[in-house]
Amino acid sequence: MISKLFKFHGGVHPPENKLESTSEPIRSFPIPPRLVLPLRQHVGNLPKIRVQAGDHVLKGQLLAEAEGSVSAAVHAPTSGVIVSIEEQPIPHPSGLPDVCILLQPDGEDRWLERKTIDWRHADRRMLVASLRDSGVVGMGGAAFPTQIKLRPSGESGIHVLIINGAECEPYITCDDMLMRERADEIVKGIEVVQYLLGAERCIVGIEDNKPYAASSMREACSRSATAIEVEVVPTLYPSGDARRLIHLLTGIEVPSDKRSTDVGVQVFNVATVMAVYRYFEHGEPAISRIVTVAGNVRNPGNFEVPFGTPIDNLLEAAGGVLPDTNDLIMGGPMMGFSLPSPQVSVTKATNCIIAGAPKMFPEPPPAMPCIRCARCADACPANLQPQELYWFSKSDNFEKARDYHLFDCIECGCCSYVCPSHIPLVQYYRYAKSEILVADKAKQAADLARERNEFRLARIEREKQERAAKHAQKAAGAKTETAGDDDAKKAAIAAAMERARAQKAEVAPQNTTDLPPAVQNEIAEIDARRAEATQEKQES
Amino acid sequence: MNQPPYISGSTSVSVIMLKVLLALVPGIVAYVWIFGSGVLVSLLLASVTALVSEAVMLRLRNRPIMPFLMDGSALVTAWLLALALPPLAPWWLIVVGTLFAIVIAKQLYGGLGYNPFNPAMIGYAVLLISFPAIMTQWPAPLALAHAQLGFMDQVHYIFGRMLPDGVGLDAISSATPLDYLKTQLKLQHGVAEIWQAPVFGTLGGKGGEIVVGAYLLGGLYLLQQRIISWHVPTAFLLALAAMSAIFHLIDPVHYAGATFHLFSGASMLCAFFIATDPISGPTTPKGKLVFAAGIGILTWLIRTYGGYPDGVAFAVLLMNICVPLIDAYTQPRVFGHEK
Ligand code: SF4
Ligand code: SF4
Repeated sequence: MISKLFKFHGGVHPPENKLESTSEPIRSFPIPPRLVLPLRQHVGNLPKIRVQAGDHVLKGQLLAEAEGSVSAAVHAPTSGVIVSIEEQPIPHPSGLPDVCILLQPDGEDRWLERKTIDWRHADRRMLVASLRDSGVVGMGGAAFPTQIKLRPSGESGIHVLIINGAECEPYITCDDMLMRERADEIVKGIEVVQYLLGAERCIVGIEDNKPYAASSMREACSRSATAIEVEVVPTLYPSGDARRLIHLLTGIEVPSDKRSTDVGVQVFNVATVMAVYRYFEHGEPAISRIVTVAGNVRNPGNFEVPFGTPIDNLLEAAGGVLPDTNDLIMGGPMMGFSLPSPQVSVTKATNCIIAGAPKMFPEPPPAMPCIRCARCADACPANLQPQELYWFSKSDNFEKARDYHLFDCIECGCCSYVCPSHIPLVQYYRYAKSEILVADKAKQAADLARERNEFRLARIEREKQERAAKHAQKAAGAKTETAGDDDAKKAAIAAAMERARAQKAEVAPQNTTDLPPAVQNEIAEIDARRAEATQEKQES
Repeated sequence: MNQPPYISGSTSVSVIMLKVLLALVPGIVAYVWIFGSGVLVSLLLASVTALVSEAVMLRLRNRPIMPFLMDGSALVTAWLLALALPPLAPWWLIVVGTLFAIVIAKQLYGGLGYNPFNPAMIGYAVLLISFPAIMTQWPAPLALAHAQLGFMDQVHYIFGRMLPDGVGLDAISSATPLDYLKTQLKLQHGVAEIWQAPVFGTLGGKGGEIVVGAYLLGGLYLLQQRIISWHVPTAFLLALAAMSAIFHLIDPVHYAGATFHLFSGASMLCAFFIATDPISGPTTPKGKLVFAAGIGILTWLIRTYGGYPDGVAFAVLLMNICVPLIDAYTQPRVFGHEK
């Protein structure tokens, strides 16, 4: 079934470097002596810890429970003893430590009793709600809790389900290998998700540099009772970006200020739908994933890795790093980041670890001034003018940067990739974005403080008026004859009180400090939705 | 530690500039063949002046010298200016023009990337305004000249304004085709009649048209190498051709046709090498079209009605002024946004 593809503007063709990690099937390796499970492996609230140091836990047992609406549970990837709960470095660009559960495996790998769910005959709402305990998050790297993306949204519902198997970043092959080897499970996952969303149409998008994956997915889809289209798209980074892929496959351009669900489209990564399927069909929560180990290692390939596995152990399984290794990158070379240390562990968002060496990723030459050659603009998949954004960001002209749609930048790095002046453009955009967000927050806080102050002043004024009124009343009781005079005064007082009340009413709804928990939750949810919106943009 | 993206698929500014220089070589070869090797002296003079003044200015501005000298942009400016000047121009004219281009038009504005005007065209315009007589004194193509100057004769002429005994200025110089056309039109001759003069060849000026063709060749190389995009050359040449063709159609006696305009003067040099300067031009695709079409129209207007025979330099500078405006009004539609 060949339907029309819709090209997006720009894009680049970096060397793929995908062959070396696809020569062998997915491997597994012995469970490492210690697992470090960060509580925050997803976007959203920190989950609530349900175990304590010294507890013995079974494989698949809940360690931390989703807290609030946007959150994900954490489970034990194997059976063992909780050694401690403490701050440890986590794989995050900030390099900051975060709360982790340390688990010492007992080597038995004994499962908790698994409860399967007959999804074909269960209520959709109930199924989606139950995913809250699955720990499944977006496996494409965005790590957004999956159950939220499956909740009914928008008035019009979801019409098209897009399964992202584009995997456009160089080096990364975990989705490729998964599609080659476990296409049937992926297709079952697609069936589940399509059923949950009630989407009429489903398209799997795969870049044409993965012919084996595409043919194995096609075969698996032909065995399925549902009609699933497998669409091969030209290899062009960043076709795996959710909005680019939606456009590529359907021609729909998701409006900048909306989410894809607003236009009836939802996107899931291949590994994510498989995880959903395994949760329902086998009662297995998210406890492991496929990770590509590539680059400067002796034996690159793809591994089935329990969450919490220290990168060190994973690299060892790939034959260890070569001597000239000087960098460890999580993710791909376009959007990944350098790990603070090899001791951090694999999380739900870890799709690839690249051991870097100067010969692979040479230090860029010193940046030259922008020569306005517009190569960056030609390469930008969002059709932005990166050279203008650079100029505005550099000169701290943030308002202008926002006017030129800085926040439509997906930080894909295409612009930096082609810049002959070797300007680290993406770093400038990140800087500008964070400065703007900080300024916005500060402004919000200032507004709030001002409102509160106005409110306080109004209250003081009102109390003064009330006292005056009481006074006047007393006086009126004493001298009834001069009532005519007092009437005018009373009217003035009443007017003042009215003004104060009006002012109060205007201020109160924005004052979020002493609100009942229900309202606070609602606000948290709005914040979460906002986070979701920005997150979804980054999913690739 | 590096930062994402960890890989780069780009060339460098130096490579881009080097390719521009390379693309000028066919034009230079043709130039030498048609006008003699004196132009090589101009090129050398301009290059040395540009590099020395650039280094001095970088030093004064406390900038790293080597990376900016190596970027090749000063050489590109120097070569463009040298090729735009009359081939046997006196040495000081070349030096002054280059100094103006590099020191004032480029470095004082902030160096590479910051100059709002095309430096070579600033140099050219300053010379044209200050020394109009010398600037319009072109040597005849060797084939037309009554006396032939050897390389050393040309060197002597450039540095000392000395001609070999018995050779007068008239013997080696002639009006350029654009110039000739203009003066003859003023004398009430018709285009067809004027065209019979020996200075004209098949497409443009005799001899000169070969140099122009060589520039075109170099320009096509730049296009093929993706150093420049198609927008500027196409829009410029089309606008120039359209203007001349329309007027030629209406009044063939007083207006020269499109081919003549395309193959005369600095048209091709402008289309592929001057108007394509990224720094002083717009960045949006639509903006490039507007910008280049503007240069084409202005060039024709100045050539036809203005006081100077060729209009390229002023046309480029005038459009340079409009660049911020053009960019602001031609922003492409961002993905996911309404127009
Ligand atoms: S690619 Fe680099 S040099 Fe060229 S316009 Fe963009 S930022 Fe400037
Ligand atoms: S990083 Fe931003 S500006 Fe650069 S190409 Fe990607 S979307 Fe465009």
